[in-house]
Amino acid sequence: MSVVDRQEWDVVVIGAGGAGLRAAIEARERGARTAVVCKSLFGKAHTVMAEGGIAAAMGNVNSGDGWQVHFRDTLRGGKFLNQWRMAELHAKEAPDRVWELETWGALFDRTADGRISQRNFGGHEYPRLAHVGDRTGLELIRTLQQKIVALQQQDKAETGEYESRLKVFQECTVTRVLKDGDRVSGVFGYERESGRFLVLEAPSVVVATGGIGKSFKVTSNSWEYTGDGHALALLAGAPLLNMEFVQFHPTGMVWPPSVKGILVTESVRGDGGVLRNSEGKRFMFDYIPDVFKEKYAESEDEGDRWYEDPDHHRRPPELLPRDEVARAINSEVKAGRGSPHGGVFLDVSTRMPAEVIRRRLPSMYHQFKELADVDITAEAMEVGPTCHYVMGGIAVDSDTAAARGVPGLYAAGEVAGGMHGSNRLGGNSLSDLLVFGRRAGRHAAEHAAEQTAGRPAVDDAQVDAAAAEALRPFSAEGPGADPETAAARAPENPYTLHQELQQTMNDLVGIIRREGEMEQALERLSDLRVRAARAGVEGHRQFNPGWHLALDLRNMLLVSECVARAALERTESRGGHTREDHPAMERRWRHVNLLCALADRDPADPAPGQITLTREDTQPIRPDLLALFEKEELVKYLAEEELYE
Amino acid sequence: MSSYEARFKVWRGDVRGGGLAEFTVEVNDGEVVLDIVHRIQATQAPDLAVRWNCKAGKCGSCSAEINGRPRLLCMTRMSVFTQDETITVTPLRAFPVVRDLVTDVGFNYAKAREVPAFVPPPGVAPGDYRMAQRDVDRSQEFRKCIECFLCQDTCHVVRDHEENKPAFAGPRFLMRVAELDMHPLDAAAETGLDRKTTAQDEHGLGYCNITKCCTEVCPEGIRITDNALIPLKERAADRKYDPLVWLGSKIGRRTTDRPR
Amino acid sequence: MATGTEPHPDGRGVRTATRAAISARHLRTDRWWLSPAGTAAGLLAFVVYSTWRAFADAHYYSAPYVSPFYSPCLAERCQTMHSGPNADLFGSWWALSPAIIILVFPLGFRLTCYYYRKAYYRGFWASPPACAVAEPHATYSGETRFPLVLQNLHRYFFYAAILVAGVLTYDTVLAFRDSGHHWGHMGLGTLLFVVNVALIWAYTLSCHSCRHIVGGKLKHFSRHPVRYRAWRFVGTLNARHMLLAWASLVSVGVTDFYVYLLSSGAFDDPRFF
Repeated sequence: MSVVDRQEWDVVVIGAGGAGLRAAIEARERGARTAVVCKSLFGKAHTVMAEGGIAAAMGNVNSGDGWQVHFRDTLRGGKFLNQWRMAELHAKEAPDRVWELETWGALFDRTADGRISQRNFGGHEYPRLAHVGDRTGLELIRTLQQKIVALQQQDKAETGEYESRLKVFQECTVTRVLKDGDRVSGVFGYERESGRFLVLEAPSVVVATGGIGKSFKVTSNSWEYTGDGHALALLAGAPLLNMEFVQFHPTGMVWPPSVKGILVTESVRGDGGVLRNSEGKRFMFDYIPDVFKEKYAESEDEGDRWYEDPDHHRRPPELLPRDEVARAINSEVKAGRGSPHGGVFLDVSTRMPAEVIRRRLPSMYHQFKELADVDITAEAMEVGPTCHYVMGGIAVDSDTAAARGVPGLYAAGEVAGGMHGSNRLGGNSLSDLLVFGRRAGRHAAEHAAEQTAGRPAVDDAQVDAAAAEALRPFSAEGPGADPETAAARAPENPYTLHQELQQTMNDLVGIIRREGEMEQALERLSDLRVRAARAGVEGHRQFNPGWHLALDLRNMLLVSECVARAALERTESRGGHTREDHPAMERRWRHVNLLCALADRDPADPAPGQITLTREDTQPIRPDLLALFEKEELVKYLAEEELYE
Repeated sequence: MSSYEARFKVWRGDVRGGGLAEFTVEVNDGEVVLDIVHRIQATQAPDLAVRWNCKAGKCGSCSAEINGRPRLLCMTRMSVFTQDETITVTPLRAFPVVRDLVTDVGFNYAKAREVPAFVPPPGVAPGDYRMAQRDVDRSQEFRKCIECFLCQDTCHVVRDHEENKPAFAGPRFLMRVAELDMHPLDAAAETGLDRKTTAQDEHGLGYCNITKCCTEVCPEGIRITDNALIPLKERAADRKYDPLVWLGSKIGRRTTDRPR
Repeated sequence: MATGTEPHPDGRGVRTATRAAISARHLRTDRWWLSPAGTAAGLLAFVVYSTWRAFADAHYYSAPYVSPFYSPCLAERCQTMHSGPNADLFGSWWALSPAIIILVFPLGFRLTCYYYRKAYYRGFWASPPACAVAEPHATYSGETRFPLVLQNLHRYFFYAAILVAGVLTYDTVLAFRDSGHHWGHMGLGTLLFVVNVALIWAYTLSCHSCRHIVGGKLKHFSRHPVRYRAWRFVGTLNARHMLLAWASLVSVGVTDFYVYLLSSGAFDDPRFF
């Protein structure tokens, strides 16, 4: 069998974005020897793409803010499907997580009195997002990266080695979580650069791999977002929660084609940008749903006054939660009122002086200038929905971030489900990474420390099986001698398979969903699974992108099936899940979670579905949290029996 | 929408050797060089190694050299070239090659570790940090850095002189020293760490001859030389080449040690 | 995949054995040599001209104008200039052109200037000739050793340059006289002097050392509002330092040449009033 490098650690963190790095920092500070494994270079994680800010009820700009208000906004945004305990912890702990960043060297934009400035964002009642221009994610990742380096410098001073207690394995991909019985025993992966295999033995593994966007054609996500962590957890026996909820960000670039999907930050709207259709109409006023009627302005005048005096006016409907805005744009384009390249117009040029635009939205200015030759200070942007975030994810315990059913497995960040319910508010992602990254790191470290009776052992057979699985694309079947079967046995190009998968998910399980199309999607996924088993690659193992993609396909196919099956099952529209055939939000679905688990199938036959789906009732919301809402609001969401419990 | 066939030369190989491989490949309206490299990958050379992530100029992964100039593949539009031009893409030439367009950028991570981290001010609790916007403006400019390492690649101090690598941190990390020295709450001085002096003594600031290539290649438009390196040189000069300051420190007027 | 070029076993710089094996020193296809060549030509032209004029020891005064190369004039051999910048500090033993005494300062200021350093390191030294174009030198120690470590003395030349600019300002005031030293007159020369002294000041104040001294050295701008404003102002000028360096170089040359033309009788100063 292939040469495998084996190392022992206390905690292994998969993923070096905001959640992964925060988990690693926490685990290391609690005394665990911690390894971080990431697919890209250290500091390049997808978190850098986050633009708007970190939501935390610090009340620096409006002192009326507090954790209760933040909690309410989060539940409203998630249409009350959130794992409420997570939303509570998140709202309570986010300010501390932001302040802590400052002690590690972060430099947020300031208020006049020297505090952290906070900006408005969709769905947030008060200005709440700590930000740095429109590059907040970069600031977050760099701060955490530099904190890791600071800890390594401490270790160097104490032990003589930078990497004695905290090491980053950059450009490594984990393909399997290894187990000893029920318990996690480590991970198996390969170094992208050399192709060498690697086993990190550890009693605790934190999955922080982000999302699944690369299964869709139009997406704001980078190549890393292939659903690795979701698939790793499934394969390790942990269930995924509510995978049907995929957030389509309302404003992605639509032209030129090569940049289609790249994000246009919500701050453009938070700072005054407005959406118009081809007739020049601010169409969002026509799309305010009943549950939000009291909270949003009815006229352009009223909406415009809100920017100056938010306490006495209602906010403009451009700042509705993302799912509402994305659907509205989709409807306008379908009704033939779209822009030339199939989007709508997002305009700041007539709303703010050029100088202010360049100062407040520097990277948007830069992005449109460089990539689309559009000067956003002089003309409107063309934007349309783009796959941005998955609310669903690994089912976790709210307090400990522990994955269900697999002792030693933890999940934090986008890969974990529950926190955002059916739709995530802008800005709640970065705070989610920090709050639950820290919790996962803490409990992973404690779990590792508890293994005094003997650590779980790595099973050689599992390592061999993982290695064989990883090497399979190099020995993809060639066409046999028999011309009859030759075509059916030819190796498949992984790039072609990936494109077909993206097209399938985009067209059939996209922003608006229909039963027939999703059934069709499941058939196509089955066909793609069969073909993916023959995905073949040329060349050798040293930095071979074709090989890497061939291995990632397994994960994307598994996750896509979860999304399609769960979406087919949930016969209502809620947040990031819109059914054309079931357009209403149903109170009877409010308390239903859909759990995906790996089906017990013959691995040699990939054609039948790999996923089984079960329904589960959510835990009733704690009464004191429920009491934070008005009764009139609750009746719109909760079923009768939930109200009187 | 117009499309044409472009001629590309892409360096392929590894540390044992290599050469420019020629490709003819379709180019469509609005595409960038990274799109073309991906098309070559998907249709002609599936194992062509290239690093990339966000494809929006935000992560700094896809650094390479296009027609001999260090650039981000994702931010170089095809429209800047004429249709009959042959476009040459090579890996960064200041770092060891791994494979094809991928280089070993470990030098930069090693240098990052050599810069002592931010020192939080003693006695200030989290949440109590107060900083004026005008005091953080300078460091914020440097924190726009996406760590694409194009400045490190183009800097002749290490690009043309491998032997200088141990002594020289490079523009990116000298800028990091400047960022921390200008941070309004960095308390390094209180712990006895003088970032101004160490910039020269430990990070090789003296090697910089301010020829500004780092500023020229910076995709974020950070004015590295004017705003970070030269001010840092002046701060070092305060410490080491200013007899008045030196005299002052000798007779106990330690005004310059106090943050002002 | 050892096709094409093999790595050079003992190459240096971009041909170091571990780097991508490419034999070309650079692959730039643009006219990268244009800028360093232009810089070198411009600087060379000025050096030739100023050397001639500095050593000429003649045709540097034509009332009321004194050439900026010879101001202040500090030797006994200086031509007498009516209430002009004469001061016989050096006495009679100074046998060379008096321009040499004073030119040391602006020359030192410009030689150690952060912009000119870039210009001549690139243009004359080819270190580097242009970005990503390999330099020809086998070793490089930058400004870490003598003599280039002396570039750190730029700020002292800046202080001197302030004094020189002060004298040139004085000369410019004197240029508002006529050849008979009566006040309230103006000629083409006066205009040249005004433009020149304005450019000299702008160049001097836009200096990076100046930017550091007025405010750049501070850690907290918010505690020094006046110096913050000064720093911002100098910063605006500093962004045009290169432009000002060239403009003031040309203007000082033109002003000197104008005085030469008047003094040698080749041209008469057109008087406005």
